[in-house]
Amino acid sequence: MITIEFLGPIQKEKMKVEAATLNDVAQHLSKDAELKTWIETCAVAVNDVMVMDLNTKLSSGDRVSLLPPVCGG
Amino acid sequence: MLELFDGPVPVEETLAKWYKEEATSNYGAFIPFVGTIREEDGISGLSFDIYEPILNSWYDAWVLKAKQSGAIIKMAHSRGDVLLHESSYIAAVFSPKRRVALEMIDEFVEDFKASAPIWKYDLKDGKRIYAEDRSTAIAGSGLLKVNK
Repeated sequence: MITIEFLGPIQKEKMKVEAATLNDVAQHLSKDAELKTWIETCAVAVNDVMVMDLNTKLSSGDRVSLLPPVCGG
Repeated sequence: MLELFDGPVPVEETLAKWYKEEATSNYGAFIPFVGTIREEDGISGLSFDIYEPILNSWYDAWVLKAKQSGAIIKMAHSRGDVLLHESSYIAAVFSPKRRVALEMIDEFVEDFKASAPIWKYDLKDGKRIYAEDRSTAIAGSGLLKVNK
């Protein structure tokens, strides 16, 4: 079981799902209409490290974070 | 040094503190950038969310990069609400000679805008509204998009 968390302005509670890779996470989130536009603009971190590869392997207890567009300053 | 404040960044204190910290470090240049909230589109202020674990690792990478050029970086940012004419952000570079600091402050602030996990909201009519149109998608965004 891994945890998916939504940062910043995404008003959504964490969710726990079974996933062996980030691709599994993508498939899971694609079923959620509420997340459709966020998915297109969000970057992704696994255990607080930014990732760029959908084949990134996940282990039980991992935390996947979705980071929407930013604007500090 | 990365400093986060609940509410506005105390500009005079922070700049004076940084100046004193490096007064005898033999840096010939100290270049600060201060970001202040402007009156625009009827806002009463801005508000910020920060995700600290990734902000810290992003910042640590910059500390290392600055060190390789013989420079140091300091940064302060607000969490929560910051009202008009208050400041939410200070970045500064110290370097032996001016050219490194002048170039690095530009590069640092631009990368900060594009990559630091901080989200901005307009405070308007009692609401906190995500500043989506002024926000930048982080490199690698859209990774989880499924092509059907």
